[in-house]
Amino acid sequence: MKFTVDSSTLTDSVNWVSRSLSTRPIMTALLGIVIDANSDVTLSASDLETSAKSSFNAEVKEKGRVLVPGRLLAEISRALPNKPVSFNLDGTRVLVTAGSAKFTLPTLPINEYPNLPTLPETSGAIASDLFAAAVNQVAVAAGRDDSLPTLTGIHVDISRDTITLAATDRYRLAVREINWNPNNPDLATTALLRARTLADAAKTIASTKNISFAIAPVTANERLVGFSTESKSMTSRQLDGTFPPYRHLLPNESIATAVIEVSALLDSVRRVALVTDKTVPLRLKFSNNTLHLEAGAGDEAQATEEIQISYTGEPIDIAFNPTFLADGLNALGTTYVNIAFTGSNKPAVLSGKNKIDGEIDSSYRYLLMPMRYAS
Amino acid sequence: MPEHSTILHVDMDAFFASVSELDYPQYKGKALVVGAGARGVVLSANYEARRFGIRAAMPVARAQRMAPNAIFIPPNHERYSEVSRKVMEIFLEFTPYVEPLSLDEAFLDVTGSKRLFGTGREIAELIRKRVFEQEKITCSVGIASTKFIAKLASGRCKPNGVLEIAPDRVLTFLHPLPVSEIWGVGPKTNEELQRLGLRTVADIANTPLETLKRALGESAGVSLYELAWARDYREVVPDAPEKSISAAETFSYDLEDQDEIFRELLRLTERASHRLRKKELLCKTISIKVRFSDFSNLTRSKTLPLGISSTHEIYDISKELYRSLKLAGSRIRLLGVALENLTDQTGAVYQLELGEREVGWRQAQDAVDRAIERFGRDSVRPARLVDGSEIEET
Repeated sequence: MKFTVDSSTLTDSVNWVSRSLSTRPIMTALLGIVIDANSDVTLSASDLETSAKSSFNAEVKEKGRVLVPGRLLAEISRALPNKPVSFNLDGTRVLVTAGSAKFTLPTLPINEYPNLPTLPETSGAIASDLFAAAVNQVAVAAGRDDSLPTLTGIHVDISRDTITLAATDRYRLAVREINWNPNNPDLATTALLRARTLADAAKTIASTKNISFAIAPVTANERLVGFSTESKSMTSRQLDGTFPPYRHLLPNESIATAVIEVSALLDSVRRVALVTDKTVPLRLKFSNNTLHLEAGAGDEAQATEEIQISYTGEPIDIAFNPTFLADGLNALGTTYVNIAFTGSNKPAVLSGKNKIDGEIDSSYRYLLMPMRYAS
Repeated sequence: MPEHSTILHVDMDAFFASVSELDYPQYKGKALVVGAGARGVVLSANYEARRFGIRAAMPVARAQRMAPNAIFIPPNHERYSEVSRKVMEIFLEFTPYVEPLSLDEAFLDVTGSKRLFGTGREIAELIRKRVFEQEKITCSVGIASTKFIAKLASGRCKPNGVLEIAPDRVLTFLHPLPVSEIWGVGPKTNEELQRLGLRTVADIANTPLETLKRALGESAGVSLYELAWARDYREVVPDAPEKSISAAETFSYDLEDQDEIFRELLRLTERASHRLRKKELLCKTISIKVRFSDFSNLTRSKTLPLGISSTHEIYDISKELYRSLKLAGSRIRLLGVALENLTDQTGAVYQLELGEREVGWRQAQDAVDRAIERFGRDSVRPARLVDGSEIEET
């Protein structure tokens, strides 16, 4: 095997596949990145849950396929000078040269490397920046507790030309609807993917234009989900378990609504929450176009603040986990937030508004459960 | 110079066994062992039984081999708690500074009581007299100016004795003792100390502090050195808040069946969490302990951001902890659930869950607790704990 490629292409490619490297693999071969030099060069890696591939054009002088230590290749590629990089297999070692920098990498036995799953047939295409933003908006609400694996996922619900992404950690629920172009206009299916995997992939993919989304049919042996751009692809196994039904949780009516400038509210929440630890509630009193925020009680540190808001409905006192509230506000991506209340011990729904008197953008909804004092 | 403190360590003699002797007068003078089932451990043995070498924490089966004619009776925790409460009340007649360590021992700071009741030794004798007259059981009392020495002293005058270690006699008393007598020296530290050739307390006292720190770690090294010079600054803390509430059970046969294990876990969770709620506490840390048939142990714990108290919330976590052990086909001898990191329930906040009903588990839990208080432990139970034979066909 012998080829030459420019360093930025190599780094980009290695970064993509190294996301799928396992840190504690069940077989040592999975610590490696496969370099397959053919007409193009393809890199691949897998941790059995996900697999990633990336191809690039290179000046290939000798074809060949080797397995090299993945972390080491990732670190080397990031540190290389901005010069053409050549790979040269010499016996059982790979020589990597860029300018005056020379590295020798040992190879791992490639015959022990498992066959990676093939990408399911493409189901449709979606604008990558839209997809990345939507994933980030719902990922904030995903659970981080690996002992409840279903809740660490993002639920993907495809119905014709609409994809609904949803995540919940039991205390909040984020739901985002986006449009896409399915190959089959009647496609209806669902998938459950680890939020971390999806957010990671979305981040890198956002720089390209369109991505293809591939989801294995319900009848397939293994319900893989795949993403691909022209040069990169990724497959992921779905999480086990059933995502809790959530649509009935979205309230249809409200008893009061507040419209507040997101940046002003975020600043106040951050300031008032300074006096508490992350799990102590922030108490909010909405009335008469003012919002009174307070935290802390008794002998402990306390903070209060009052801001002007636009408010309709009966006054309401409600308490939230300040981190959860800030997460929702940050995820909106609009200038104003519309908060719809259903009661002091019932969920509040955050959604965005671009103008104070404009339409509510209900393509994104962040449902937040309040905190309650023990009676 | 301030006056020396006068600390009493009062330890009931073979407490469970002594109480049981009162309940079964026909066994008086015979070897009596409190410990349930062939697979349980000895909880207490009277002095006749101890002559055969029977000690607390020994498997019952072994004790039975050592003394085939001894009488083995199951424990009666309710009785022990009742007697213990009465004994603690006697202590409180002499000083408000009573720190119970368990049902059968307590520290008493009687420094301020001496004008009323006499010297430490006189108070000790008064307490012993009162306890014996009222409850017909004996206790031993160690007297010293620190908790550490008082506890060592009571252990050296058992049964039915009093030992006072005057401040100027402390080192003479302490230094010849084996290192294992020092508070906090368990089997592991002991082994490490033996390896260093440190056998008596005097050996430790004469070892440079730096050497101890290197061998045992910073804090253990310092505390050992301080104790070796009888420097113990801990005060008697009356009514120290509880640090943990736990429930554990050794089964009469090893459990293998997953459903049965979860049922036992639920039973234990219910027992511990009921006590938690009764004390109006919440726990943030839940831990489980599993002992296998070969006596090896595993524990796992989880800490939550907010305290919880309901049986079903705690059970969800203990179940999850058990699953995380990924045990398949293991034979389990003992299960335990411990609730730690306890906080007061007043002013506590709950993060509500999506879809949670306003009247839900929490209210149901309160009703269950009230029923248990009135009608007893078996009145209301999770359905999974109801034995099939109890269900009437209709």
